[in-house]
Amino acid sequence: MSVIELDAVVGGYGDTQILHGVSMRVDPGEIVVIIGPNGAGKSTAMKAVFGLLNLSSGHVKLNGEDITNMPPDQVVRCGVCYVPQTSNIFPSLTVEENLEMGAFVREDDFRPRLRELYDIFPPLAEKRKQAAGTLSGGQRQMVAMAKAMMLEPKILLLDEPSAGLSPKYRGEIFAIVKAVNATGTPILMVEQNARQALRIANRGYVLVDGKNKFEGSGRDLLEDPEVAEMFLGGGAAA
Amino acid sequence: MMEFINFYLIPGLVLGSIYALGAIGITLTFSILRFANFAHGETMLLGVYITYSLVQVSGLHPLLVLPFAAILTVIVVLGIDRAFYKPFRSSPTIMVVIASFGMMLMVRSMVQFIWGVQLKGMMPGIQRPMVFFDSLRLSPKHMLIMAAAIVLMLAVHYLLSRTKIGKAMRAMSDSPELARLTGIDTERVIRMTWIVGGALATAAGVFLAIDTHIDTNMGFKMLLPMFAAAILGGIGRPFGAVAGGLIIGIAEELSSYPWIGMEPLLNPGYKAGVAFAIMIGMLLWRPSGLFKGKVF
Repeated sequence: MSVIELDAVVGGYGDTQILHGVSMRVDPGEIVVIIGPNGAGKSTAMKAVFGLLNLSSGHVKLNGEDITNMPPDQVVRCGVCYVPQTSNIFPSLTVEENLEMGAFVREDDFRPRLRELYDIFPPLAEKRKQAAGTLSGGQRQMVAMAKAMMLEPKILLLDEPSAGLSPKYRGEIFAIVKAVNATGTPILMVEQNARQALRIANRGYVLVDGKNKFEGSGRDLLEDPEVAEMFLGGGAAA
Repeated sequence: MMEFINFYLIPGLVLGSIYALGAIGITLTFSILRFANFAHGETMLLGVYITYSLVQVSGLHPLLVLPFAAILTVIVVLGIDRAFYKPFRSSPTIMVVIASFGMMLMVRSMVQFIWGVQLKGMMPGIQRPMVFFDSLRLSPKHMLIMAAAIVLMLAVHYLLSRTKIGKAMRAMSDSPELARLTGIDTERVIRMTWIVGGALATAAGVFLAIDTHIDTNMGFKMLLPMFAAAILGGIGRPFGAVAGGLIIGIAEELSSYPWIGMEPLLNPGYKAGVAFAIMIGMLLWRPSGLFKGKVF
């Protein structure tokens, strides 16, 4: 059974329709990447999973259970964590307080989890008493991801985790995404740096104008001449 | 020198602590619920009159009945939030601001209707100040007010830096949207904000009533200096609000010290203008306040 499944989802904000029938799924253990041109509805498709969008038709299922149009605070409790592209940390709280807030809905002792995450993100352990707003862009992104991981989510949604980062940090972020995934958490990710993202992805979807255009394994999409021409900055994959 | 300390600096510190307690509530509401609560002075007023009635009934010292008065005031404030502010939670800010303005008028009229408009005293009699080191005059009420204010400020510090709900308050003040996406129970955070703000407003009002007297305009008169203190310290910075409150309280008192010649520098009748001038100056020079608060 898929962890997350979108079935012919139609919806948007207010009267503006953005998704015109998007279907996709994430299977256990996968990294799935959504790519496509600006305005194709990539981030919107992800927000549809998280209840940030009014869906007029279609279904969203989490492990087979219908969570269509469930409000975000409940989706979190069901085990879906979402890292927005911008303002995804609490800047005036320390790194540790940010992670603690990530565990807000947990009733049990979250400290063992905190230690595990410090092992995955060693720079955060070092700076845990520092205000998160004073960290570099890459480290903030780490805080945002670690914060979302505090709940041991069933799936992690990442909205352009590498946006605005220098190439050096970009590579680091993708390595971290892989490391997080290696702990067993499936990941659905929207990415602008499509080529790099597809290299670590099991599968990818290409969205155009709010509809599915292509789908396939990361390798297939990288090698598909049409996809490469249109969405990967021209030329066949190296 | 001792005259300066006894009659200007100490009253300034006392007044400043009172402003500070009120301003903490303003700054928390402003940053967490994202609106300027005009009814905060009236929360204070309501707390004072509830305390007054409890003192009349029980015959106890106002500071002893203060916790009970604070609980009753908080219950009313939570009811007001439920009935008047909650329906506007996702509306433009200006609607809640206007709602709070209406609330200010309603609460004041209600207090005037129930308790009447004549001046009252919280504590009967006149207290003789104690004299230390031959010349430092401290009245017991001033010592009590400052001690209680320090205890309350430490309690707020503990709440915001050590408890889960306090950290969630700071998180929500950073970003209400992210707080919601993180699964933080934002309604619980909002309730806690009203509880802290309402309790501190009650305390501030009662301290002021102990220091001076009770009248139905005291809440409104406090509103401007409390806002000035919150803005001076930086919106969303509770300790900025404390610093801002102390600065404004002391500045108001010192403005009538005879700095030049024998006459007061500023007629004491213009004291309230000092807070206003500081607020305007701060908004022009550094709108984020002394401690880098939010600018809306």
